[in-house]
Amino acid sequence: MDAREKEIEKLKDYKYGFSTDIENTRAPKGLNEEVIKFISNIKKEPRWMLDWRLKAFERLKQLKEPNWQKPKYPKIDYQDLYYYSAPKSMDDKPKSLDELDPKLLETYKKLGIPLQEQARLNGIAVDAVFDSVSVATTFKGELNKKGIIFCSMSEAIQKHPELVKKYLGSVIPLSDHYFATLNSAVFTDGSFVYIPEGVRCPMELSTYFRINATETGQFERTLIIADKGSYVSYLEGCTAPMRDENQLHAANVELIALDDAEIKYSTVQNWYPGDKNGKGGIYNFVTKRGLCKGKNSKISWTQVETGSAITWKYPSCILKGDNSVGEFYSIAITNNHQKADTGTKMIHLGKNTKSKIISKGISAGFADNTYRGLVDISKNADNARNFTQCDSLLMGNKCGAHTVPYIKNKNSSSNIEHEATTSKISDEQLFYCNQRGLNQEEAVSLIVNGFCKEVLQQLPMEFAVEAQKLVGISLEGSVG
Amino acid sequence: MLEIKDLKAKIDNKEILKGLNLEIKPGEVHAIMGPNGSGKSTLSNVLSGKKGYTVSGDVRYLNENLLNLEIEERAHKGIFLAFQYPLEIPGVNTNIFLKTSLNAIKKARGEKELDAIEFLKLVKKKASELKFDEKILSRQLNVGFSGGEKKKNEILQMSILNPKLSILDETDSGLDIDALKIVSEGVNALRSKESSFLIITHYQRLLEYIKPDFVHVLINGQIVKSGGSELALELESKGYESLS
Ligand SMILES: Nc1ncnc2c1ncn2[C@@H]1O[C@H](COP(=O)(O)OP(=O)(O)OP(=O)(O)O)[C@@H](O)[C@H]1O
Ligand SMILES: [Mg+2]
Repeated sequence: MDAREKEIEKLKDYKYGFSTDIENTRAPKGLNEEVIKFISNIKKEPRWMLDWRLKAFERLKQLKEPNWQKPKYPKIDYQDLYYYSAPKSMDDKPKSLDELDPKLLETYKKLGIPLQEQARLNGIAVDAVFDSVSVATTFKGELNKKGIIFCSMSEAIQKHPELVKKYLGSVIPLSDHYFATLNSAVFTDGSFVYIPEGVRCPMELSTYFRINATETGQFERTLIIADKGSYVSYLEGCTAPMRDENQLHAANVELIALDDAEIKYSTVQNWYPGDKNGKGGIYNFVTKRGLCKGKNSKISWTQVETGSAITWKYPSCILKGDNSVGEFYSIAITNNHQKADTGTKMIHLGKNTKSKIISKGISAGFADNTYRGLVDISKNADNARNFTQCDSLLMGNKCGAHTVPYIKNKNSSSNIEHEATTSKISDEQLFYCNQRGLNQEEAVSLIVNGFCKEVLQQLPMEFAVEAQKLVGISLEGSVG
Repeated sequence: MLEIKDLKAKIDNKEILKGLNLEIKPGEVHAIMGPNGSGKSTLSNVLSGKKGYTVSGDVRYLNENLLNLEIEERAHKGIFLAFQYPLEIPGVNTNIFLKTSLNAIKKARGEKELDAIEFLKLVKKKASELKFDEKILSRQLNVGFSGGEKKKNEILQMSILNPKLSILDETDSGLDIDALKIVSEGVNALRSKESSFLIITHYQRLLEYIKPDFVHVLINGQIVKSGGSELALELESKGYESLS
């Protein structure tokens, strides 16, 4: 095979692995006050925002990186990273898509996310984040007519400071833990959503995160506020080029649902997982937390985690409002040398609060997959209910699956149910499928999709098909 | 259609098939009877290509060396095995399984795949022919199916896939009297000059409904006696004792 053929073979495995050759503006390397000022300055942020960042940075100095998680990783040299990298053409923010660098348009087209007016995905508004900046947001005008704000975080800080000031850090406090605090100090871009009282968002909102630059961390920050009686369904997707280096993605996502509001947040995570031998890949260390602030509010997390060298995240719900509902639906697939330690925390504070956890872990190759979850029922949470189901599916003998449920119950009127299963795809099942004409990969994909069905059903229609395919592709080469 | 010469199969160092010979011509129905553990299911597994056996001998299927083909290739070329113990696959909708299977075979043959509507029409027709409650098809594949429902589901798949060589491994076991009739009618409806059947059974009764051209007795990994359908009656009265 010549070099080109090799490259094509590699791309077959991970078709989003290309990189875009583009000139960048970067912050100086390293983590210090100057770099934080650089980021704040280039984003033309108001003083209060910079102060907030600096406060986080002060706090960070006193925090230690946690290491209780199952997947261990080599020490990260935080001084050897770039904390801001953006296409030079974004220095003066283009006013419209016509002014956007064609290379960026091309990149998103290749990723299957066309941004141009005529080619846009039907009924899905997209915020496209490239390294440290949002390069475009579609359908903004149409959404605006309903009073919905959908823009980049940077734009929100300038145009909607009162909302940002009120809610940023209200769910994930500035000094929550190491990575969350790091994010608070150096976050770059992400999406901001505000749905006004009584409005049902007429389309899916989504953000597509793309890492492109080398030696750069991505520190996205997303904030979604659903005002009283409103509804929004939001989806994020992400990919990165194939590289031998490990790259850090440390995001903070905060959701706030007021009285009778509902937020449905879906993730299809397909960061570069590293090669077959475990070289390269993204460290996906993410803090996601939703606050059901009002009564009868609901927050539902759905995640399909197929990428990243290491996935370490616990999308959680704080059920503060009476009768509020939290849900967590998860598929975590690890193949080759990938590792995942993921789950959720359901914190029941209000009365009659309900939570549901459905986790499907699939492990193949030499991979390791841990479900870790906390159900916490506080003293005042009368009649709280939780249902947890954790299923693991193993393929082969060299991978691992672990279930670590924590339960803290301080109220005797609560009802907590936990079910867990571990199974293997049996040779007999594969034989049966093969006998019906399916090859090994088709058979595995069918069986695994069946195993994950309950979670896949939660995804918006438009993404369910893609996700199903992804589930099959991620496990290619894992049997036989 | 199928020509088996001196077929031997070992698993975990235990020899199960010990030099088996059998020829099936297009359009013929062959029945195999034999005591428990004599190697009947092993024969159907080996013919379908199941892994794990050390196989020797010569098996030609449609003028091709069958033993060189993968399991799914054999399926694409028209071999169908109705399992003695059909597998459960949780979460997989029976209809979707059937459609995936049919289209995988059609695709491999270069035929046009069926879309959802064409497929449902076909299933409806076949299910009603077999008096098979369609509602069952929207359930997870074989999960919670009764023994008889599982067997009927195998026959439904067979009639949809329309194979050239169907191997039925004790499909009659577990069927009630009415179901036995219906399943037999299903098999008879598929009989043609081009399609052949290898029917494994313990009971002569099935062979009253599906008239075989030949009956073979398999004992200890070998065919020890062959004859016409009258052989089945003889076995029923005398048992295998006299033959072994
Ligand atoms: N993996 C294995 N290891 C050892 N022995 C095996 C294995 N698989 C099958 N056998 C043995 O091979 C013999 C033949 O089994 P097979 O299932 O083919 O019998 P059968 O004729 O279909 O019986 P039945 O009428 O009960 O269905 C049995 O004695 C069985 O225990
Ligand atoms: Mg048997």
